[in-house]
This record gives sequence, structure tokens and C-alpha cells, in this order.
Amino acid sequence: MTLTLVGLSHHVAPVELRERVALDPDAAKTLAAQFGDAVCLSTCNRTELYVDGATENEVVAALAELAGEPLDGVLYRLHEEAAALHLFRVAAGLDSLIPGEGEILGQVRSAYEAARPGALLDHVFRQALAVGKRVRTETAIGESPASVSSAAAALAAQVFGELQGKRVLLIGAGRIGELAASNLSARGAAIAFVANRTVDTARELAQRFGGEPIALSEIGSRLGEVDVVVSSTSAPDPVLAAADVPARRRRPLFFIDIAVPRDLDSAIAKLDGCFLYDIDDLEAVVAETLAGRRIEAARAEQLVADEAARFRAWRASLDVVPAIASLRARAEEIRTTELAKVDGRVTDDERRTLESVTSQILNKLLHLPTVRMKEAAISADGATYADAVRHLFGLEDER
Amino acid sequence: VVEALFWPALLGYGEAAFAYASARTSRTATWGVRLGWLAQTALLVVQATRADGFPWSTWAGSLNLFVWLVVGAYLIWGCRPRFRLLGLSVMPLAALLFGIARLGGGTSAGTRSDYGNLFLILHVGLVLAAFAGFTLAAGLAGLYLWEERRLKGRATDILRLRVPPLGTLEQLTRRTILVSLPLLTLGLAIGIVRQRRDGGSFDALEGVTLLAWLLYGGLVLARPHGRRAALIALGGFALVIIARLALAGGHFA
Repeated sequence: MTLTLVGLSHHVAPVELRERVALDPDAAKTLAAQFGDAVCLSTCNRTELYVDGATENEVVAALAELAGEPLDGVLYRLHEEAAALHLFRVAAGLDSLIPGEGEILGQVRSAYEAARPGALLDHVFRQALAVGKRVRTETAIGESPASVSSAAAALAAQVFGELQGKRVLLIGAGRIGELAASNLSARGAAIAFVANRTVDTARELAQRFGGEPIALSEIGSRLGEVDVVVSSTSAPDPVLAAADVPARRRRPLFFIDIAVPRDLDSAIAKLDGCFLYDIDDLEAVVAETLAGRRIEAARAEQLVADEAARFRAWRASLDVVPAIASLRARAEEIRTTELAKVDGRVTDDERRTLESVTSQILNKLLHLPTVRMKEAAISADGATYADAVRHLFGLEDER
Repeated sequence: VVEALFWPALLGYGEAAFAYASARTSRTATWGVRLGWLAQTALLVVQATRADGFPWSTWAGSLNLFVWLVVGAYLIWGCRPRFRLLGLSVMPLAALLFGIARLGGGTSAGTRSDYGNLFLILHVGLVLAAFAGFTLAAGLAGLYLWEERRLKGRATDILRLRVPPLGTLEQLTRRTILVSLPLLTLGLAIGIVRQRRDGGSFDALEGVTLLAWLLYGGLVLARPHGRRAALIALGGFALVIIARLALAGGHFA
């Protein structure tokens, strides 16, 4: 059993190349099946093949065929612990474009479940999934938002707490505004109104979110009915002046201005109970949270390194496990044979006592050699110890 | 025994006062609060068993009890990671007041009291429990104003340095005051009834406490929101501090 990884990612391959080797789940499964025991992980940022047994050159050739050109300069080839460490980093989101992004863990899980791999790949992928989960629970790497739209929703939640029942006015039907609205909606807020220069576009978007389409001229009169305003029009002048915002006595009002040039009068930020964030503010918040993610990534790297060491110990123990099993089987065989010699000469109670005592003697006698062999395996002497045990106890035939 | 309990309690509170400054050590801070509070609880039990009458009838003794109530109320929900900054404002105050209580002799055992147990338990206990609630409410209000300022100022680390949302802080401040106000009302009423019966005179401490009661009562009735509510809660707390520290001596005498 040898773990081999061949692949390319956004670190080394340009997008034109990555898109040629990017595979949908079915095609990835078919490709992996070509190599027997293999798992193919294919996302927009990477295509990687983890194989046990197949030759590296076969895998390289298959990927080059997909790409339609030789891939010598961009492919990485890793083996054993290095391959496992890479997979653990991928699952933890440490190899992603945005450190700690959570989607990759699901993609690793899907690739693993689609392949139904053998013992080695099964172990390393299970461990990778556990590492990915551990990194997310024991560090804050994935907690903060990594995009402008998710930061906008997180900021609204920082004002109101729960967004359940909060009402949103969406001004403009821009893509980024729609994304912000989706993020707010995912947190429980209701998109109550959609205002746009073109009413048909407003109606279409309002239908998607279950809101009411309104004209731009109605914005001011609706502000008393909402908690969050998201604006992303392409209007050259502001669409809302501070003077149009009614005084808030009971509830705060949170404005998100994602438009360039800005849609909302900057004086709104000075009004009591009003909070205003424009695109620059949101980008600054995102930059800060990404910096925080990078700090957490350093902690995550340590967790991943620990797991890689555990993988190495597990792999090393595989060298001695057959010898340990043979030794125990031989000892048990001798015990059973010798016990058979007293059959008919002892009572049932005496027989049970003999069974128990001889079992305990065997276990105590074999405990220390078993522990020592496993320790030796980790320090790379495992094969020597295993050979010595086989020779000393005459287990050669049981290899 | 009293010494052996006082110092661990002060050490626990003191450790928490510093450890809450960093997110990495906030878990240690929480353990400091828990262990300190347990030590102080044991100290109060020892004081209660050795006292002749109500053991916290002096100004310093009541300060000791007040600190225990504040930390106890904080422990109910304040130990969650997002409330770390509340701990950073409450625990230094608790450690400081606990130290003052000791300097005033409020943590020693074997005290005597000239008043009946039941009256003091009800009057002192209720008023101090209310003050403890107002102290926590002030901490929450302070946190609200700080977070609101950061949101208004568009601080770039707003999502990195996590504190509870404004809505949650406002709601918790209001609820804490809603629970504390009836306790103060009852405690004050018992004190006033007793004073009338004994023919005592109205002192400055009672005046300031009544003023605080009016302020908090107004806050509950008028239901102001946001910044205004937080400022009123802090104003009420300023009166509590005056009552607790500046004016308490004469009243206890």
C-alpha cells in the first residue's frame, strides 16, 4: 500500500488550465475508477487524484490527456505522509484561496463518498474529514465573513442580534445587492420591498424574495417600515438624502450602500439610531476579518501537523501489525493445544479456572512485546523488529 | 479560616480582572471568577456562622455582600465568551470593592449587630441585590455605548472583536433593571417603614437611593431606546456608586 497524490491547483495552474481538467462528480468518479483504488477531488480551484497502488505515470498521463497538453511544470506529486498532510490542509481550508473557506470540506466528503476507497485511502480521507471539522471547531478560522455581501449581513446581525422578523428594503437590482439580500434572507430577514428604476426588474426580484415591488420615489415613505436598507443602483446621484430619513425613536436603521458612485447621503451616518456602511467600509471590514483568518490559520497548521504525525504513526504500525497478529495466534494455538491435553482429567470448574489463568498469562506476557513493537514501528525500526519476532517464534511461514 | 478564604477570593477576582483583557486568556478568567466566588461564598458562610446577628450590617460588611451579589449575578450568564468585555468592566470593580471591604473590616468574622436579623436580611439583602443588578446593567449599558460608537465609526475590526449585538445588549440591560427595580422598591419600603416606627431621620443616602429609584422607574415607564436608555442606566449607576461609597458611612452608623 502506497499513498500517492498527483494534482494541480490554483497555486500553480492558471484558470484556463484548471477549467480543462475540472470534472463534474460523475466524470471524477469515472476517472478515479480507471486506477482501481483512487479518489478524485475536483473543484474549481483544484483537480487531485489520490491513488493507492497505481503508478504515478499513469495518473500524470490521464491528467495530461484531460488538459490536452503536457502538465510537467504545474503538477505536484506527493507520497505517503506528504500526500496526507496536503489532503489534511485542503480539508481544513488552509490550501484554499480564502483561508478557512468551508465549502471544500463538503467537496472532500463528496469525493470520498463517491469513490468508496480501500483501507489506506479510507483511513486517510476519514482522518482528513475529522481534521477539517476539528480545525473549524477549535479555531475561529471560518467564523468571520469573507465577502462584502456576507460582511453586510453579519454587520446587520451585529446591530439587531437575530435577523428573524427584520424587514429589508432593497434599492436597485444589482448583482452584489442581490447577494447581500440573499445573505440577509439566509439569516432570517424578510426582503419586504424592492425598489428599482425599472419596475419590471423590481417586480421580478421582489417575486424571487417574496417582497413587494415599489418605485424609487416611494423609498422615503417606506423607511419607517423597514430595519435594513441595501442600495446598489447605478444612479449617478444619491437616491436618498439624510433629510428624507424619518427620526427613529424605537428601532435602529441599518444602511448598506454597495453602489459606486454612492447612493446614500453620507450624512445619514450622523443621524441618531442610523448606521451606514458603504462599499469601502465593507471591504475594510472584510480585509480585517481575512487578516484574522490568517492568524487563526497558523493555529490550524499546528493541528494539521499533529494529525499528519498521527497518520505517520498509523502507517508505521501497519509494518508490525501482521507480526503481532501472528505471534498472538501462535501463542493462542499453543495454549489451546496444551489445554486440550487435560480434557477429561479436570472438572468443569477447574477447566474454567485454567482457561482464565492461561489467558491472563498469555496477555501479560505478550503485552510488553506488542507495545515495544508498535513503538519501534514509529521510530522506523518496525520492520527489523517484526522480522526478529517472526524468526524467534518461527512465524516465517505465516507472512 | 477567614484569611484562607479571603485571599483566594481576591486572587480569583484579581486574576479575572486582568485575564479578561485578552480573548486567549478569557477562559482562565472565567475560572478565576468561579473559584473566587466559591471562596467568597465560603467566607460569607463562615461569617454567618460566627456572627451574633446579621453579619453584614456594617458599611464594609455590606460592601462584601454587595460584591458577592454582583459577581454571582454576573456568573449567571456573563461568562459566555461574547461577554468577555463585560467581565473586563465588572471584575476589576469587584476586586477593588472587595479589597475596600477588607480594609473597612467587612470580611472579618465574629461581628455583632444591633438590628434584628429578619429586618436586615430583607432591607440590606434586597437593596444590595438591586444595586448589584444595576451595576451589571451599567456594565451592559457601557458595552452598548462602546459597541454603538464602533458601529457608527465603522471600525474595521467590528466583526473580529466580537461583543454581543446592540439589540441583545439593550434587551439585557432592560431586563436586568426590570428585575432589580422591584427588589429596590421592596428593600426601600422595608427600610422606610422601620425608620418611621423607630423615629429615625431621613438621611442623604436615602435621598440618593430614592433619586436612583425614580430614575430607574422613569426608565422602565418611559421605555427609551438605544443610546438614551444606556445613558440613563449609567446615570442611575452613578447614583448607586454615590450611595454605596460616598454616603454609606452615616447611614450604617
